[in-house]
Amino acid sequence: MKISMMINNDIRQLEVDINEYLVDTLRNAGLLSVRRGCDTTSCGVCTVLLDGKPVPSCSVLTVTANNHSVTTIEGIQEEADKLSDFFGHEGADQCGFCNPALALTVYALKHELTNPTAAEIKHYLAGNLCRCTGYVAQERAICKYLGVES
Amino acid sequence: MKVVNVVHPSVDGKGLMMGRPGYTDDFSERDSLIVMVIRSPHAFARIKKIATDKAKALPGVELVLTHHDFPRKPFSRAGQGYPEPSPHDKFVLDEYVRYIGDEVCCVAAKTKSICEQAIDLIDVEYEVLEPILDFEQAIGNKNVIHPEPEIHEMFPIGFDPKKNIAASYSMEVGDIEAELKKCDVVIDNHFYTQAQAHVMLEPHAVNCRIDYQNRLVIYSSTQTPFHIRRIISQALDIPMAKIRVIKPRVGGGFGGKQAIHGEMFTSYVTWKTKKPSKMVFSRKEVFESTYTRHPMRIRMRLGATNDGTLKAIDCQVLSDTGAYGEHALTVFMVTGSKVLPLYNKVEAVRFTGQVAYTNHTPAGAFRGYGAIQGNFALESSIDMLATKLAMDPVALRQKNMMLEGETSPIFAIMGEGTAGTAMTMDSCKLDYCLKRGLELVDWKHKYPRYDETDTSVKAVGMAIAMQGSGIPYIDMGAATIKLNDNGFYNLLVGATEIGQGSDTVLAQIAAEELMTDLKNVIIYSSDTDLTPFDVGAYASSTTYVSGNAVLRAAKKLKTQMIEAAASFLETEPGLVEFDGVTFKTKNNNKELTLEDFSNKITYNDNQEQLQATSSYVGHKSPPPFMAGLVDIEIDKETGEFHVLDYVSVVDCGTTINPKLAQGQVEGAIVQGLGMAMYENVYVSSKGKLVTSDLLNYKVPTRKEITKLTTEFADSYEDSGPFGAKSVGEVGIDTPPAAIANAVFNALEVRIKSLPVTPEKIYEVLRDRRMDK
Ligand code: FES
Ligand code: FES
Repeated sequence: MKISMMINNDIRQLEVDINEYLVDTLRNAGLLSVRRGCDTTSCGVCTVLLDGKPVPSCSVLTVTANNHSVTTIEGIQEEADKLSDFFGHEGADQCGFCNPALALTVYALKHELTNPTAAEIKHYLAGNLCRCTGYVAQERAICKYLGVES
Repeated sequence: MKVVNVVHPSVDGKGLMMGRPGYTDDFSERDSLIVMVIRSPHAFARIKKIATDKAKALPGVELVLTHHDFPRKPFSRAGQGYPEPSPHDKFVLDEYVRYIGDEVCCVAAKTKSICEQAIDLIDVEYEVLEPILDFEQAIGNKNVIHPEPEIHEMFPIGFDPKKNIAASYSMEVGDIEAELKKCDVVIDNHFYTQAQAHVMLEPHAVNCRIDYQNRLVIYSSTQTPFHIRRIISQALDIPMAKIRVIKPRVGGGFGGKQAIHGEMFTSYVTWKTKKPSKMVFSRKEVFESTYTRHPMRIRMRLGATNDGTLKAIDCQVLSDTGAYGEHALTVFMVTGSKVLPLYNKVEAVRFTGQVAYTNHTPAGAFRGYGAIQGNFALESSIDMLATKLAMDPVALRQKNMMLEGETSPIFAIMGEGTAGTAMTMDSCKLDYCLKRGLELVDWKHKYPRYDETDTSVKAVGMAIAMQGSGIPYIDMGAATIKLNDNGFYNLLVGATEIGQGSDTVLAQIAAEELMTDLKNVIIYSSDTDLTPFDVGAYASSTTYVSGNAVLRAAKKLKTQMIEAAASFLETEPGLVEFDGVTFKTKNNNKELTLEDFSNKITYNDNQEQLQATSSYVGHKSPPPFMAGLVDIEIDKETGEFHVLDYVSVVDCGTTINPKLAQGQVEGAIVQGLGMAMYENVYVSSKGKLVTSDLLNYKVPTRKEITKLTTEFADSYEDSGPFGAKSVGEVGIDTPPAAIANAVFNALEVRIKSLPVTPEKIYEVLRDRRMDK
């Protein structure tokens, strides 16, 4: 069926299957930063912002996003660029597969929580798995980026 | 040093965070055929009949492949050098299926949903056979998992498939039984380690196409692109010159992508149809049909005199390789070769055992590669011995452990499937690592336990570990560096970046030697057409082996540049000084900038492409060492516990990039904690994998990891590039024993099987209460 979605501030008309998931729609539409890491909504690497809120796009049926707005990392390049400097200096980059989704979640956090503590940050990001880094370097980088004591 | 041993953001981190395409599936062709595999629902069965006609007739179905379509040619998917130390015991598709998830039949169709419909139309009739699911019952069992006559070993590995033995090995230094008899104290324990899943976040992925030269181009999320080229060529009879393997960005490997899993199918489909094809594994397929860590039973006997002198170590191993013998011998040998030398002053040491076939998901390479299993058994045993001797476990270690300048006879005897390489420890700061670790965790005030209340207690536990740096005389890495006009360089390496940061570290090594900024070295890695050879990312080899190749190539290129510059400057090469930016003469006061030099040699004068290729194969495998110390808090009633801090002090020689090295250690510690505390591949009594998704298979989340303290010893390994050794694996080895030792120090409960779960602790506490 035909749907219309605002993707990164661009109105897009898309032809989708009724049982298609948003992760696949977005990848097919060329947004390759959106990835699939599991079958059970457990890993977070598919996270996108749906009307500004982080959601696992692997469990959102695309049709339910009809007339909604979706943000992927392609839509917040400047923020990702800034955050990545902090990651670079903390050595928090490894395979990078989890990073765009993590950056999107950090972006949402920044807009949702005022003056978060390190513990609140950890809690907010709990759904974003990473198998490479052991997490602490990521969190050091994120705290520094947000100006929070870690 | 200006570029090495300096924190530098990784060369690719920013682009990846910004979402630039980079991973295998990002490069698949839009109209790729989708390739899917029907997998066995039985742990052991013979395929009596496969009816594929209906599926083949379905519009959109391109190919349906069964074992009848492939040559009867056994091979190994292990992704190792040649000849492989793993048995050739796998067919692309076979009449027998040997575990739930084994490949039965392969379908290629225009879309995923057509593929799924086709799969529903395929009828497979099985003769169900009795599986072997208990690895302690496998050897000599009447059911033989590999009865087929064609399978073979490439060289003697103790292969005896009629008895369900994939590999076996034995070695003894001194007379172990006689030595144990003489000891005042002997301890003798059995330890069990579980299967662990890699859970790299990018599932296995591969895609293929035929290019305009009619060659097969494979994009693969792999750790071993050059081995894939060879293995695909051999298994599918495609001329090697017709194959190009490109490894794009890999979303984690940890050993799980050393082997080849989907490549045979997509390669065959594309070669046959000349159409692009792709395969992306579901998470379930990754769990069920790729690899796990080898589960083991380890009997560890230690003998010592009353004064705490360790005299004898006897290590007897039974390893479970699952349905295929991939990495069977080598993982099992590392259980001895990279563990037992830690205590090198013993009079006798024996390592012996067998690797059994079972009807489990095959085991394969996994970070730690046998050493984590052996470390759990040995380092738990050392603490148990200390208890029996009424001695401090740290003092017992300090008295007996490896020190700088020393050696162990094991190095010469045990290699990776073959004899080993003698070496002395030219760099070994294990004593410092231990001392510093004790300070950082505040052992003095916390050992064995502290802050005890009615309900809980805190405690510390520790272990030491070693690993290797590549496989000497076997693993080869090569690098090419070329100078471009404008004075920047291309660095081409076969080495395989899989997220561990090797592109950054190797570029740093080149930049250091060429005395230039990292931004002037453009690295490109792992493309079998464009880059020189490298065995790939495994055996902790990249920094040491490939790094040495890069260093040599940079030196060679520098010599060429100075020679050419000397002729421009009308002097002898010996009279030219180069500081990375300018060539200056010592005799006639002339100078030439690198930029002018590179432009001149490219466009104007004696034009030539300056470029150097070098390779390196190790003559030893200098071990990195570490001490791991854990601080836990545990509930005295339920046995539930959590980690307060994990202290690692590591000797990996020079840290080429200190933050990336720290990331390697911390990532490995957390993966090791997962194995120590809860990760467990769980199989039902019928052989079905219960932990086939991330709901049932739990990996550490950021909630469980609150504090990691990581430091490096000041150490320099002369044979390594700028003093570096490896750091990719050693971090994973200590958590199992350190956790088990901490639990003992807290509650005097000794858990000898992994993972160390509250349930196991609780059972002991409950029995203890009932006894009272
Ligand atoms: S793909 Fe894992 S949560 Fe969506
Ligand atoms: S960096 Fe690899 S999963 Fe996070």
